[in-house]
Amino acid sequence: MSTPRHRLMDFVREEIMPHRFCTGCGCGTVLNVFINAVEALELDRTKMVCVSGIGCSAWIPSPYFKADTLHTTHGRPIAFATGVKVMRPDLKVVVIAGDGDVSGIGGNHLIHAARRNIDLTVIMVNNMIYGMTGGQVAPTTPTGVKTTTTPYGNIEPPFNVADLVMAAGASYVSRWTTYHVFQLMKAMKDALSTEGFSFVEIMSQCPDNYGRRIGVRTGVEFLKRFKEQSVRVGKSRDMSEEELKGKFVIGNLCNKERPEYVSQLHKVTDDQVRQLAEETA
Amino acid sequence: MALDDNKRRYLEHLAGETFFMLGDEACAYGALFAGCDFFAGYPITPASEVAELMAKELPKSGGIYIQMEDELASMAAIVGASWTGSRTMTATSGPGFSLMQENLGYAIMTETPCVIVDVQRSGPSTGQATKPAQGDVMQARWGTHGDHNIIALAPNSGQECFDLMLDCFDLSDTYRTPVIMLMDGEIGHFRESVSMPPVAAIKHVTRKRAKSAADVFGGDELVPGMIHYGEGHNIHVTGSTHLSTGMRDVSTDHVHNKLVRRICRKIEANREQIVKVAEDITAGGKARVGVISYGATSRPALGAVKEVRDQGKDVDFLRLITIWPFARKQVTEFARDLDVILVPEMNLGQMSREIERFVGCEVVSLSKIGGVPHSVTEITQAILERIE
Ligand code: SF4
Repeated sequence: MSTPRHRLMDFVREEIMPHRFCTGCGCGTVLNVFINAVEALELDRTKMVCVSGIGCSAWIPSPYFKADTLHTTHGRPIAFATGVKVMRPDLKVVVIAGDGDVSGIGGNHLIHAARRNIDLTVIMVNNMIYGMTGGQVAPTTPTGVKTTTTPYGNIEPPFNVADLVMAAGASYVSRWTTYHVFQLMKAMKDALSTEGFSFVEIMSQCPDNYGRRIGVRTGVEFLKRFKEQSVRVGKSRDMSEEELKGKFVIGNLCNKERPEYVSQLHKVTDDQVRQLAEETA
Repeated sequence: MALDDNKRRYLEHLAGETFFMLGDEACAYGALFAGCDFFAGYPITPASEVAELMAKELPKSGGIYIQMEDELASMAAIVGASWTGSRTMTATSGPGFSLMQENLGYAIMTETPCVIVDVQRSGPSTGQATKPAQGDVMQARWGTHGDHNIIALAPNSGQECFDLMLDCFDLSDTYRTPVIMLMDGEIGHFRESVSMPPVAAIKHVTRKRAKSAADVFGGDELVPGMIHYGEGHNIHVTGSTHLSTGMRDVSTDHVHNKLVRRICRKIEANREQIVKVAEDITAGGKARVGVISYGATSRPALGAVKEVRDQGKDVDFLRLITIWPFARKQVTEFARDLDVILVPEMNLGQMSREIERFVGCEVVSLSKIGGVPHSVTEITQAILERIE
């Protein structure tokens, strides 16, 4: 008897399955939720381009997601995606990448894309470590954590990337964890439906390379922690810095309308084209 | 590639005209005549005028201009845009070109057509930012990591800045590779007359298209056809070693071998179609001394050669237009009857060493750095010293 085919199997490049994520890794959850959001929105995958950089999270869309994909250099997916989006505004362009990629090496592209408010959806999978290279400190690693490159404990404070993006001017920003799959799916749908720069930060587990440093060995243990450590954004406003230590503020952080970049860019071109047509008529 | 209505209208209002302009501006107009759709760049002396003119003119022809946050982003954006079927370019100078190298390698590995203008200035580092040099000859060839091939052209006049840009875009689409327009600060900032051709005279190469995603990165073809984003083929583009389908395979030696050797071979095998030289002046085997030069330096070099010949003395001259791939055959033939080849260039001998690899005679580098171009007199003197 053959195994029944999963209803969403068409959304993945089946020929390269099984995937390579470690057991219990949050990347699988992110792929699952993303595919469900794409299905729920009835997005035409032939009109989607998924762009990713380097690292475990970059593998979520490329190669696994079945659409046009662009697997780029480390830290640069947003810059590549910008080129795709401005020349094909009709395509839905999504960046899925890790915290090191988006906020470390690629931090500059992130803040400028948010500032421009370009119509991209960026999904940042934050596992708080450099997973693929074997567990080095990331800009998002909590203070005190011992990693392969902070053997005496990380002395740096972690980056609050969602807040940064919000301050830079994004239209939509939210943060969830891989425990909050239904809320996450709603957030992804909202992000994909936003006209402008939308950003979803997902706290995700890396049992293999982060978990082993902090003594959390399984995906399930991580999910329990994510549940306990999460604080809704509304509630967080009444909490002191001390109380918020070690907690993840989750929820929709901002959803505002701002002029979108690609449409303005095309307006400049359209106006100039029209003007020249009139002058030379 | 057919011109759309907006482009045609734009070019028609310029076609057939002659203007007095900077080499940088001529290069930008050349790109517009080549049908450039997208420019992404970051300002840097002495290349900024390319961006400034594109910012002003590209929207009029229906194209898109963006000033990105840095050179890494600029290079990334033009590669992304190229996969939508657009003709794309950026412009920079030495330090910015260094920042582009990683994504230039990405463009080579993913066989993405795009054009990079490098208006060279004096380095290393910030060096003499406003002074001309030819110090990026080897950066153009070997700046990125790994084994690869590249195409680079060096104009020596405003008119050539214009004309060669059309070649750059065509070569880029023909061989599915980034092409470098290797200008220099002197040529970029010279003001000269530049004539624009009639629109009917412009013939663009059309990108070869693949029928299925399975052939986008190889199959049996030396230069495979492309599929663009949004055409429903679920194409996968990656800078990692990949199969002809685009799917990553980073551990099989013969996959890497096949891919990288093909990417090198497609340029190697077409060397004779790609390579252009000019001013091939010969005394018909009588000369013992020859001069090879390129870019800005070729102008005083040619002046010197003419002066020596006017004195009734024999000296041969060859100008390289295509810098990479190297004009092996032409240089070897040029050297056949010579005892010595003088190579004036504004660096410490980057091209002279390359010439040395392919000729049997002595090669003397007339190198000069510091931002002051060679004078006709100093090259004349060097030639006469060798003749006597
Ligand atoms: S190293 Fe960590 S992030 Fe990477 S696949 Fe394994 S568990 Fe997931």
